[in-house]
Amino acid sequence: MLQIVARRLMVAIPSLIGVVIVTFLLTRVLPGDTASYFAGPAATPAAIAEVKKQLGLDRSLPEQFVSYVVALGQGDLGTSLSTGRPVSTELKARLPASAELTLLALLLSLTIAIPLGIMAAVRQDSWVDHLCRIVTTAGVSLPVFFTGLLFVYAFYFLLGWSPAPLGRLDVFFSPPPERTGFYLIDSLLARDGETFRAALAQLILPTVTLAVFSLAPIARITRASMLSVLSSDFVRTARASGLSGPTVVMTYAFRNALLPVVTTLGMVFSFLLGANVLVEKVFAWPGVGSYAVEALLVSDFAPVQGFVLAMAILYVLINLMIDLLYGLIDPRVKVEG
Amino acid sequence: MDRRDFLKTSAASAIVAGAGVAAPAVWSPAKAQARQETLVIVSESGPNNIDIHGVGTNVPGYEVSWNCYDRLISHEMKPGPSGVPYYDRDKFKPELAEDMNVGDMSATFKLRKGAKFHDGAPITAKDVKWSLDRAVSVGGFPTFQMKAGSLEKPEQFVVVDDNTFRVDFLRKDRLTIPDLAVIVPCVLNSELVRKNATEKDPWGLEYTKQNVAGGGAYKVVRWTPGTEVVFERNDEWTNGAMPKVKRIIWRMAPSAGNRRALLERGDADISYDLPSKDFAELKDNKKLRIVSTPFSNGAQYIGMNVNKPPFNDPKVRQAVAYALPYQKIMDAVLFGLAKPLFGAPAGKPTDVSWPQAHGYNTDIEKAKKLLAEAGLAGGFETTISFDLGFAGINEPLCILVQESLAQIGIRCTINKVPGANWRTELNKKEMPLFTNVFSGWLDYPEYFFFWCYDGSNSVFNTMGYKSAKMDSFIDNARKSAAIGETASYDAAVKGFVDLAFEEVPRIPLFQPYSNVAMQTNVDGYEYWFHRRLDYRKLVKG
Repeated sequence: MLQIVARRLMVAIPSLIGVVIVTFLLTRVLPGDTASYFAGPAATPAAIAEVKKQLGLDRSLPEQFVSYVVALGQGDLGTSLSTGRPVSTELKARLPASAELTLLALLLSLTIAIPLGIMAAVRQDSWVDHLCRIVTTAGVSLPVFFTGLLFVYAFYFLLGWSPAPLGRLDVFFSPPPERTGFYLIDSLLARDGETFRAALAQLILPTVTLAVFSLAPIARITRASMLSVLSSDFVRTARASGLSGPTVVMTYAFRNALLPVVTTLGMVFSFLLGANVLVEKVFAWPGVGSYAVEALLVSDFAPVQGFVLAMAILYVLINLMIDLLYGLIDPRVKVEG
Repeated sequence: MDRRDFLKTSAASAIVAGAGVAAPAVWSPAKAQARQETLVIVSESGPNNIDIHGVGTNVPGYEVSWNCYDRLISHEMKPGPSGVPYYDRDKFKPELAEDMNVGDMSATFKLRKGAKFHDGAPITAKDVKWSLDRAVSVGGFPTFQMKAGSLEKPEQFVVVDDNTFRVDFLRKDRLTIPDLAVIVPCVLNSELVRKNATEKDPWGLEYTKQNVAGGGAYKVVRWTPGTEVVFERNDEWTNGAMPKVKRIIWRMAPSAGNRRALLERGDADISYDLPSKDFAELKDNKKLRIVSTPFSNGAQYIGMNVNKPPFNDPKVRQAVAYALPYQKIMDAVLFGLAKPLFGAPAGKPTDVSWPQAHGYNTDIEKAKKLLAEAGLAGGFETTISFDLGFAGINEPLCILVQESLAQIGIRCTINKVPGANWRTELNKKEMPLFTNVFSGWLDYPEYFFFWCYDGSNSVFNTMGYKSAKMDSFIDNARKSAAIGETASYDAAVKGFVDLAFEEVPRIPLFQPYSNVAMQTNVDGYEYWFHRRLDYRKLVKG
């Protein structure tokens, strides 16, 4: 097992190096000019040149690349110009925010999508199947910023049930002492029920928004893979042998249908983590997605590079985890390095 | 799992989800008290650096600097056009200096006795000198802003004794004293910053980027970039009347719709970058107070590249000036929330002021005639560019201009330039037709014209306009202002304004409004040249 993990991680190194080179080059060919943006409103060409020099942008590309790689080797991802802080600090502060939201949304969508998918497959063309179809179609076709704004309008503005959509905590709470960076866990560890409730209340709307969006792929894949498994020979045999309905569906069919579901899950998770920019914008959520997009808009290279690298590492880890899960779910699957 | 089980589990999860929702509406009395003493501000973006001397400090960063640092002098207030106090360009009041004595070639300041930095160290003349030396030495924006007032060399700043400080003038310049009251010449705690400076960073920019090293009315107690800045009042502050609000929480809410919702629900006290449309709609809302003030010394305009055909011909430029849909822009794009800068009645004498309205109006026949005179009766193709960073105004504006110019045969393609790229494009001076805004901190016509029309060709002379006549008018205005020659100053200002309207390298459209919305129990908002909030005067009733 450990050997497999080590080998897989080794294999990932070349792709990470590729990611470093490509993001470096891509950020440099972007049309924006960092120096003139940050030189301020009344800058003369001389002022811009000076800022360029201060930022090290007047050096040649290979020179910039070497200093970037050397810094990277020391764990320094550079400093963001738009927030004025080291990128690693920012990512460390923002990844838990994104992860907490994404995990919770995934959990919610799992608890709805998997039963829904199974039911839809077991009772094909029944009302559950139609419900599943409607929910998934709505889920993919409603853009998240739209559902997000709609929820804010209904539950915050009109009904007043939800707290102000201002990020992870209400204005008058201070964050719990940091251990994991997940406010729900941290506030529980600190035995602070009030903060826990406040953090949970802030989480509900964005979580539901994201969950609605991620429901669709999971429910569809569950349904499709359940359908193919349910029509296979071993299920017929199990049924013929007189096993009860739930045993056939859950123990035999579902377990065999789980592989594609887990694969989709991994993809949905990594996709949500980086791509929920719109939800982050609507709910003023201090996550990594909006951080990277804002940086990109002002040609702030360091955060973009740091973000892509962090995401690449995350993808590698998630893929590894999913491969290992395969082995647990289905012993026939062998993970090769 | 059968249908019944499924329904049971989903009902259970619905109850779990519902339980958390009701909780936050309940305020404990302590929270209500805190709410009363706290002012919550929401805006789109926050600071990236809280030191205005820093590299690439953004505009929200200026707001922190303004409220957390003191300057030697500041401006008095006068009644403003929108019913709120408006900074008085010509009257100064002491801030850190309790007395200012302007001589012929120098100004002497007596510092307030007993003034202290946040860490308790006394503020002395040597701190003032160190801070101004820093402003003229670090380069970039602060140094250029200081230069605008002929403040260029550290030798100009003299420590007379612990409480007396002198600025020597390099040359006579009317802008020197006003330039000491802008945000840049703030006073830093030199001991503290020097302690945290390194050999590579002798001015301690890395330290002040994240830490306030000043003695201003507010201290930053928490700052999470992109999320919030929390300020607390400095109860030891002696450089002005003690501010009323104890605590300020400034939250970033990127979605404009949410900022409006927060305000209408009463969760935010002040919001100051809502779109024009929202402001126009909120104006009728009796529960909120909306203040719109025209940008001082600023205008949005249509610029034309005068160095390339067809816009090198003044007749073509005049034709464009007669073909713009001025009133439509005012109504459909700005919802009336701007001051028109067009359609001055014929024969109206030119004022000695800026911005002022020009005489052009939408007159398609006249435009066609002028275009025919220029030999372009068939029209031509061109591109109109705008900054996507301000797409809310720019995009509909450019579409209206495109429509209108098509009537005289000028066919435009719209070119959207991303915010980060906009200044680079301006610098290249290659865009044939574009819209942009410029507004100057110092409210003097010659300051505006120096940046925007002078042959020294700054970034903001976006048209690449060069005219010996224009340069001599601008130069005359600066020289006459410095020595107080009113008659020749007036003549020079009228001269450059007339010339600018006759040759129209740029066509002013309107003076944008700075829009601020607040709860009715919030008072004390003041309009400043930098258009950011001054927390010191705010009151929450």
